[in-house]
Amino acid sequence: MKRQTNILEYLDNIVKIYPERIAYANESTELSFQTVYDNARAIGSFLHDEGKYKEPVVVFMKKHPDMIVAFLGVVYAGCYYVPIDEEMPKHRIELIFQNLNPGSVICDDTTIESVKNLKFDGAAYRYNDIIKHPVNEAALNEIRDKSIDTDPIYIVFTSGSTGKPKGVVACHRSVIDYIETLTEVLEISENTVFGNQTPLYVDACLKEIYPTLKYGAKTYLIPKELFMFPIKLVEFLNQYKINTICWVVPALTLISGLGVLDKVVPQYLHTIAFGSEVFPIKQFNIWRKALPNARFINLYGPTEATGMSCYYVVDREFALDEAIPIGRPFRNTEILLLGEDNKPVKQGEQGEICIRGTSLTLGYYNDFERTAEVFVQNPLNTMYPEFIYRTGDIGKINERGELMFVSRKDYQIKHMGHRIELGEIEMVVNQMEGIQSAACIFDDDKKKIILYYVGEASKADVVNFCKEKLPRYMIPNFVEKLDVMPLTMNGKINRLALKERYLNRG
Amino acid sequence: MEELLKILEELHPEIDFRTHEHLIDDKILDSFDIITLIAEINDEFDVAIPAHEIIPENFNSAKALYSLIERLKDED
Repeated sequence: MKRQTNILEYLDNIVKIYPERIAYANESTELSFQTVYDNARAIGSFLHDEGKYKEPVVVFMKKHPDMIVAFLGVVYAGCYYVPIDEEMPKHRIELIFQNLNPGSVICDDTTIESVKNLKFDGAAYRYNDIIKHPVNEAALNEIRDKSIDTDPIYIVFTSGSTGKPKGVVACHRSVIDYIETLTEVLEISENTVFGNQTPLYVDACLKEIYPTLKYGAKTYLIPKELFMFPIKLVEFLNQYKINTICWVVPALTLISGLGVLDKVVPQYLHTIAFGSEVFPIKQFNIWRKALPNARFINLYGPTEATGMSCYYVVDREFALDEAIPIGRPFRNTEILLLGEDNKPVKQGEQGEICIRGTSLTLGYYNDFERTAEVFVQNPLNTMYPEFIYRTGDIGKINERGELMFVSRKDYQIKHMGHRIELGEIEMVVNQMEGIQSAACIFDDDKKKIILYYVGEASKADVVNFCKEKLPRYMIPNFVEKLDVMPLTMNGKINRLALKERYLNRG
Repeated sequence: MEELLKILEELHPEIDFRTHEHLIDDKILDSFDIITLIAEINDEFDVAIPAHEIIPENFNSAKALYSLIERLKDED
């Protein structure tokens, strides 16, 4: 058996088997595997004929099946895609462009004006124009021949503590490793119909994009507005016979928490994978009661290890004060739990979750310094170079031998399915005129971001400023102005004092 | 009505909720806000908004939301 070294082999293979089947769709568009293949190869040929090779190509489009085709087209060109969404704030996009200085951007009619207003030296291409480009078979073959499995295929940007987003670079090999084991765990087949919830600019959407190509499955992109109106959301799942979802926990609790499952049940759903946050057991039990025969799978993993690294298939009842384990590592991945002394912790003790294996990404783009902080030599191996990724998450092994997530090590939090560094919010607020000092804390119980600040600016101005600069999920949920900022003896902001103040706010 | 406006203003201090009538259509409120609102309305008014009432029409303005709350109170 020939070993796979390029993610495009999934598409090259499946288009011969199911050319007419629908691969990616939304409520108004359906793209067959043949269309995906033809358009992606046209884009690849176009980029090649423009002289683009082994460089980042930004894909800045509204969420649409075409956006996935653009991703694949970039890979056909031997380049790597950088997804940007129309809903990202301008300031964040500017920081990403500063880091990349992209030579080309693929856009659509809804984003072309925004692209024109961005500062960069490259060219902007319209999706609908470049899919008409004739396929350059010889060039595509040559690009493939020269490609190796450690070449990058995408960069996705995550929140960074200094305010600068970090671009995680993933290669063919890590994505293939991930997709092969993920699809085993989720039991994906050609009958799978995915309902995608996550944005296309995060690694989470790998779970739908590539398994669809591997098996000839189908992915519906669910309109974002439906996640406000849960009955309509479930009706959408039923209308399109969606049977498999990989959602962030808040999207699931939206449905269960509002009593929707008493009224309407997603009748085709048999596989529910969830992650990003701890699933409150009360909510989880509502789901299990409504879908007693479905498989529920908890997934855990950082962007830096391509996608998900650990899984747990729910096999027992949970009491309200219990947590669902993150279980065990995927095949071909190892988890190390390291203590403060960099040695493995004893059974039951807490340690930092560190990841070892092919699923590790290549590191952060154009940022060797921050890469070296977390992609480090395995401290258990003093004999030859070997990287592990330090997640900054604390875990432990329970009495059943299952891995449990305990908490974050630093100020990085998980909120509404997104990873956020509170420091990034503070940095943005601190940039504002009329602000002297700003500090964020997180209310873990109510899942709220709390911002305290000192300065002349009004609360409304601060929130408006945040809206310009930060994604929606990073906007503070509670804002209060202070006369003075409490400080510790070392002159650092006293976050414990702020937390007390918040809890005693009356 | 004043209690409801207070809840809304805490979510979005920059919006004048007395006059705005397209909170959903103009994408002022998003899914985070809807969940927060439902929880806080439950706390403040002791009213549970049933799933079938969570539709765009009931959330487009403070007025519409308030009349929903009143209606649900009457049904009790």
